[in-house]
Order: sequence, then C-alpha cells, then structure tokens
Amino acid sequence: MKSLGSIRRDFAPWNDPNAKPYIQFDKVTKKFGDFTAVNNLSLTIFEREFFALLGASGCGKSTLLRMLAGFEEPTAGRILLDGQDLRGIPPYKRPVNMMFQSYALFPHMTVEKNIAFGLKQEGMPGPDIDKRVAEMLKLVKLEQFAKRKPHQLSGGQRQRVALARSVAKRPKVLLLDEPLGALDKKLREETQFELMDLQQELGLTFVVVTHDQEEAMTMADRIAIMDKGEVMQVATPAEIYEAPTSRFVAHFVGNVNMFEGKVAERTASTTRITGATGAQIVVDNGGHAAAGSDIVFAIRPEKIKVSSKKPADAVNALEGEIYDVAYLGDMTVYHIKLDDGQIVRASALNASRITEDPLTWNDRAWVSFRPDAGVVLTR
Amino acid sequence: MNSTWSRFNITSIVLGFAFLYLPIVLLIVFSFNESKLVTVWGGFSTKWYVSLFHNQGLMDATWVTARVGVISATVATVLGTLAAITLTRYTRFRGRVLFSGMVFAPLVMPEVITGLSLLLLFVAVGLDRGFFTVTLAHITFTMCFVAVVVQSRLVSFDRSLEEAAMDLGAPPVKTFFQITLPVILPAIISGWMLAFTLSLDDLVIASFTSGPGATTLPMKIYSQVRLGVTPEINAACTILIAVVAVGVIIASIANKRREIQRQLDEQAAQRG
Repeated sequence: MKSLGSIRRDFAPWNDPNAKPYIQFDKVTKKFGDFTAVNNLSLTIFEREFFALLGASGCGKSTLLRMLAGFEEPTAGRILLDGQDLRGIPPYKRPVNMMFQSYALFPHMTVEKNIAFGLKQEGMPGPDIDKRVAEMLKLVKLEQFAKRKPHQLSGGQRQRVALARSVAKRPKVLLLDEPLGALDKKLREETQFELMDLQQELGLTFVVVTHDQEEAMTMADRIAIMDKGEVMQVATPAEIYEAPTSRFVAHFVGNVNMFEGKVAERTASTTRITGATGAQIVVDNGGHAAAGSDIVFAIRPEKIKVSSKKPADAVNALEGEIYDVAYLGDMTVYHIKLDDGQIVRASALNASRITEDPLTWNDRAWVSFRPDAGVVLTR
Repeated sequence: MNSTWSRFNITSIVLGFAFLYLPIVLLIVFSFNESKLVTVWGGFSTKWYVSLFHNQGLMDATWVTARVGVISATVATVLGTLAAITLTRYTRFRGRVLFSGMVFAPLVMPEVITGLSLLLLFVAVGLDRGFFTVTLAHITFTMCFVAVVVQSRLVSFDRSLEEAAMDLGAPPVKTFFQITLPVILPAIISGWMLAFTLSLDDLVIASFTSGPGATTLPMKIYSQVRLGVTPEINAACTILIAVVAVGVIIASIANKRREIQRQLDEQAAQRG
C-alpha cells in the first residue's frame, strides 16, 4: 500500500485540465438585507480534496459553508455538487454533512444515539445502525463512552462525537465549521493530524472553515483566502506562502516585509526596483509589473540575512541599525531600521548554539537577500 | 459570608416569617380543632377531615377544579408553546409587535376585567355558562404565562441543534419532535404546572364565567365562608396547602439532585 504521504504528494487535480470539478460555486452572491456576505464568488473544489476556507471573521466563509449545507440559499448564482444544482434542495436531502463549531450534540441523547441519529433518518435497519455506530466509535476511540451523555464528556471527546456523527452517514462532502476552535492548543495540534488521517482513510471531500492560518496550512490541500465576500487567492499552502498574488494575502498569511516602490527597469530576466525611500532592489521575476508602474516588493523575514558586514556576493544589500532583537529559542527575530527609515523584520534560525556573528541593539548591520527571495505584487 | 446570628438578624427573620406564615399556621392549627367555633380551641381532633370527605358539595367542587385545571393547563401549554415558538423564531412577520403585545397583555390585565369581558363574550355568543366556559376562560388567561416561561427557554436554545438534525436528514417536523421538544420539555412542564396552579386558585375569573353545576373549589370555599367559616373549610385548605407544598418540595428536590448529578458528571468528564 502506498503511504499517505505519497498519496498526498501525487494528489493535484487542480493542475489537471481534464479533472472533473466536484463542488462548484458559480458566480454566487449572498445578501442579508443590504449587507453582501458573499460577492459574485466562483470556486471549484475537487473530489477527495481537503479544502480550507481561510479568512477573518465576517469575510463570508461561514456563509459559503452554510449555503453548501443548505441553511442559506444564494441570492444569485449556482452551487453544483457532482454536477447537480443544489438550488431548492433542503438541508435534510443534501448528501453533505456538517460538523458544527458548537458541536451541536443533542443533549438528551447518549453518544451512541447521537451518532445513530442520521442513520435512523435514512431508514437504515437496526443491526446495520448498531454496526456502523460501533465502527464510528472505534474510529474516534470512544468505545467506552457510548452510553454517556454529551455533558459527561470533556471538550475533546465532544469534538470526536461530533465528528463521528457527521461522518457516520458517509456523506459525499464533510463540512467543518471551525472544527478545532474550542480545543486547547496541544489538543488542537494532535487533532489536526487525526483529521487528515481520517480524511484519507474515509476518502471524503472535506471543506473546512477556519480563521487559524496554521490550521489551514497544516491540514489543507488547497486554501482559499477570503476577504469581504470575495476569494483573494486559491492555492496550495506553499504557494499561498511563497507566491502570494496580492498584498492582502501576503499580509494575511505569516509575516512579511513590504517595500513600496516603482519598477525602474525591466528586462527579460530581471526587474530593478527603486523603493519609495531610495532602496535599490533587483529581483529575478517581476510578474506582470511593467516598467514605471507602482508595485510592492514583499519578502518573508526568514529569507533575509542579517550580518555585521556587507556580504561580498550579495545582489541586494541594505544598511541599517539593529532596532530590536527577540530571542525565541529556535530562532531570533531582528528588527532593523534601514538608513532610509524603513523597518525590516528578519528572522534567523539558531542552527548552532553559539552565533558566529552576534548582533545586538544599536549595532550597524546589513540585510541582504537573493534576487529570487521575494515577490513583486501589483495589487 | 457573615453568618453571625445577631439579635437584629433573628428579629427580622422571625418577623418576616411570622408575617408570611402566621395566618397559614393558624389555619392549619384550627383545622385540627375539636370545637365547632373557629376561633376557640377545644382540643385536638381530626373529625373535620372525616366530615370533609362526606361533604358532597366540596368534593364535587374539588373534582370540577381538578378537571378544569388539567384540561385548561394542557390546552394552554400547547397554545402558549406555539405562541412562544412563533415569537422567538419568526421575528420578522407583519404584526409581530401587536401579536406579542396581545399575548402578554393578560399578564397585567386586572382579573376583574378579563372575567367580565369573557362573561360578556359568552353571553353575546350565547354560550351556556358552565364547565366549558370556565375551562375556556382559564385557557385564555394561563396561556400567556406558559408563553413567557417557554419563550425565556427558547431564547437560549442553540439553533444549531436543529440545523444539525436537519443536516443529518430529519425534516423540520421530525426535528421539532425529536430535538426541539425534548430539549425545551422542562420549560414546558414548568409552564404546565404554573398554568395548573393558576387555574387551581383562581376565584375571580371563575366566578364570572362559571355557571350552575361547575362550581370550582375556590368558589365553593368563598361562598361557604360568607355563611361563616367552618373548621371543615380549614381542613380543606390545609389539604390544599399540603398538596401544593408536597409538589413544590418534590420539584425542588428533583431539581437539586439533577444539579448535583450534573456537577459530578462534569467533574468526571474533566478528569477524563
């Protein structure tokens, strides 16, 4: 059998032009009175994909999920599941199940009965229900809690019951609304990996809504970054981080340094940028930026090298003064005030116990980076 | 907490309780009076209790009251629950403010007015006054109390429970009976008990809307008292007090035990 890792590595239907979309949001708009929660949004999700909707609260990600579940109808546009238009189909007839943020466990039923609820609605025969419930309890390792009521469980156990209940019917798509939001940090990290394993094991399509970027990066095959009811970028976690297409995305995920500037010169292989404050930066790839246009150069802190002397081979090197140092154990974060006034954040991995080039407050320092270390953003 | 028994504390407690319970204690004590005179102690006896059960008028009135109470409380609970659901769920229908005002107006309406207007209605419609009209009147005025009790529970009801049920394949009606109703059932039961109690001790509205053959216990007691208080009435009231007290005590013990059990469960869950 192939390991899960290799399955995940080879899984990229979004790059295959012949791949059949599984869930399609087609120009979907949702308005609540005057407020537009989702604005003319189109999105494609593939079968067996672990898809994350990431955004701040109020960006429309939960509304999108609720429309897929059938609790809200789009004001305009279509939602297709496996080729079928979902308009007008009530939640209780949709082949999707949802795991709620509050878990929404039925307080008057035992764990068993909670899990069996959906199967009973389907009209599954009793012995089959018992078998499936036992299977689900085993899956989430709650066999000895079958007879308990929800209030007799800890937060983590409730989360697992909710999960077992929502996958018991083997839905085509599992929707998860902030599935780990109510758990403490340690439990959350463990559960992230369990969710990923579960998704592979059951071969389901997962759509998860989260505001936690780390959670989305860890679990998802692809992430859609949302803002004000629109999708800003859909890409794999690595692409989102390394190749954001807008300032918003670059800012939203991880830390970033932004240099406002203009394209001074553009050749086939290099782009020269003059920063608004005078810094000269040369990059390999300028994207679509034309010469003379206003752009932003974005670079992640860990791609910037800090040194006391100007590195001899550096293409891009800017001089400044150490403004702040934060020692975090595994790495050290420097804030360097460049001579043109801009503050740059750089982080250095503490790969050895003793630093050869110790830098501290008010030291003169050089920041340098390779021509391919950052991206040029036009919007 | 300051738990010193200062003289002031003791005095105020004694005075407070005396003010509340002295009349009731007197009533109970005199129900065991040997003498026929209500205010003169003539020795201990339970004979009034025995004669009470041979007083056909009182027994009939008790039976009427019980039936009116059960029927009106049950119907009022159904209607009140429906009103509460409408008011909490459908927050945008036309005339909602008017509807909620009309549901809750009887709470503050003087009973005399409610009674009188119901009487006028029954006369106008040509309905013969009796068991049916009393029951109808009681449904009318207890319904709003049920609505208030159930509504306060529904406000804190987690709607995602219903969404989860529908998501798992239960149509709305099934969702209501399998999820919503069991969860709000305690509030509905309290609503029923409140309605029953209100019906049990209503005198004013019953007097207006009742007719021959449908005399309720409070009406019977009141009319007998006008002819002079007999120890028999004391005995009847004592039984009534006992019934109510036992009900309240059982309810609060059950409540307390549930609370303790819940706490224990939660502690156990925390430990894993």
